[in-house]
Amino acid sequence: MSKSISELEEIARKCRVEIVKMVHRAQAGHPGGSLSEIDLLAALYATRMRIRPDDPKWSDRDRFILSKGHASPGMYAILAEMGFISHEDLKSYRVLGGVCQGHVDMKWCPGVDFSAGSLGMGLSFGMGCATAARLDKSDRRAFVMIGDGEMQEGSVWEAAMAAAHHELGNLKVILDRNRIQNDDFCEEQMRMFDIPAKWKAFGWNVKEIDGHNMNEIMEGLDFLESPENCQGPSILIAHTIKGGGISYMENNPSFHGAAPNDEQFHQAMIELGEVEA
Amino acid sequence: MTRMAATRDGYGQALLDLAGNEKVVVLEADLGKSTKSLHFRKAYPHRTISCGIGEQNMLLVGAGLAASGYIPFASTFAIFTERAFEQMRNGVARPNLAVHLCGSHGGTHTGTDGSSAQSIEDLAVFRTLPNVVVMHPCDDVSTRELTMQLPALGKPSYMRTARNKTPVLYDGRENEVKIGKGIVLSEGNDVAIIACGVLVSESLKAAESLAEEGINATVVDMHTLKPIDGQLIDDLVAQCGALVTAEDHNVIGGLGSAVAEHIVANSFAPLEMVGVPDRFGESGQADEMLEIMKISAPYIALAAKKAISRK
Repeated sequence: MSKSISELEEIARKCRVEIVKMVHRAQAGHPGGSLSEIDLLAALYATRMRIRPDDPKWSDRDRFILSKGHASPGMYAILAEMGFISHEDLKSYRVLGGVCQGHVDMKWCPGVDFSAGSLGMGLSFGMGCATAARLDKSDRRAFVMIGDGEMQEGSVWEAAMAAAHHELGNLKVILDRNRIQNDDFCEEQMRMFDIPAKWKAFGWNVKEIDGHNMNEIMEGLDFLESPENCQGPSILIAHTIKGGGISYMENNPSFHGAAPNDEQFHQAMIELGEVEA
Repeated sequence: MTRMAATRDGYGQALLDLAGNEKVVVLEADLGKSTKSLHFRKAYPHRTISCGIGEQNMLLVGAGLAASGYIPFASTFAIFTERAFEQMRNGVARPNLAVHLCGSHGGTHTGTDGSSAQSIEDLAVFRTLPNVVVMHPCDDVSTRELTMQLPALGKPSYMRTARNKTPVLYDGRENEVKIGKGIVLSEGNDVAIIACGVLVSESLKAAESLAEEGINATVVDMHTLKPIDGQLIDDLVAQCGALVTAEDHNVIGGLGSAVAEHIVANSFAPLEMVGVPDRFGESGQADEMLEIMKISAPYIALAAKKAISRK
């Protein structure tokens, strides 16, 4: 599972290409949050997750729960990169009968552990997975990715309180802090004030990183896995850029849930080094 | 003398009976003393997960456990299960994860806590969810039997139990209780009364009073609302030609609706639906509530005569 920083960056670049292709092909979907999360997913899957792509239901696998389930192109891209699904499968995104449902779905896609799409649910589900691992006396972990806008759902805090109460050291959260939600910037929709202080106050181990800096991401994942942070739940607050990697999508709320047109698609492929200008 | 017991006690006993299965886990939302999961908690604390007063979290912790090979039994008041409806919908029913949800203190029969605690819509809302089995047993024995059958079900379920004691009907008749199969409690050819929960014993009382007037009623305990026992309903239509449903639940969406949905598509008989008349409750004793809601035995008997008159 050892990968160099440049190898991880290349995996993430290839995933970005697939994300843009998927959303462009479907002319629907959520590119912004997929691009903001993808460096984190690339590092997590390529270097930390204990999984068997040829045996996706292996009972002792680490679980990954994409609670912000609309950011599915990012997850499908890394699942294809890891070999859970084929690159051909990515063409089924949002297509009738396709394994790549609009929002990630455990009944449809190998490697998906939770049927998401309704915000505020994944952390609770992850707590259930972590509790099961503890009952099984297994050292498998539950990684949960949540969005920042998602934290406006009250049930996130029900789960945060319960996971700390039960000292679930095998529950690891990554927060994709991209500062934009559906309608607008989070700051305009619902201010969340001091996010690290909130999680600390709920009894969590907290670390902040730049979610696009692969060195910092690796340090952050080390933090989540370090023995001293396995006595209770931990959260990695990753500061990211919505639409990160595609100039016209970056920090642009209109690309939360909109597809690029043909011209924009071509521009993205140039920026990602897939075609020459 | 008829033994009296609360269905919630049957649930609590069943959890203990199931404890030999190491995969059975219990989830609580600070109402284990009321739903009766507390007995399991005392005996098996390491397999009991307190979720605090957080029903939404509880349902999805259950989903995570179910997805990891466990058989979670989660309980709270029926009214508070509704708070986690979307969790049940999106996190449990949609991926078909076998979480077993029990809502105790259902219906107006719950009594003096008043309308905020009297769930009259739980059966309706959970009945609309694909994959979910919906039950409302009438006594502690059948509650225990149905609960014991849930680990083999392999799909999610919702069961409503009641706070207050009702007559026990199934002592020595445990083998008759099967998920999805209505039970004929008395036989008559003039009208069939199909009831669930606390109104099963009221329906038996109604049948007795009807008999004094020369009217012979079949009484059925339809403890499983979904999947509804369609074969039995067809048989009742053929045998009696007139139906009554009786439930401590809004007349919209519950047992009456389930029976109506079946007969309009399969056979025809006049149907009178006895249920809470689309209104909220208030504080009162259990028996007072059945009167004020017009769902006690005399109202069931009245509905039976009306159904017969429409033949």
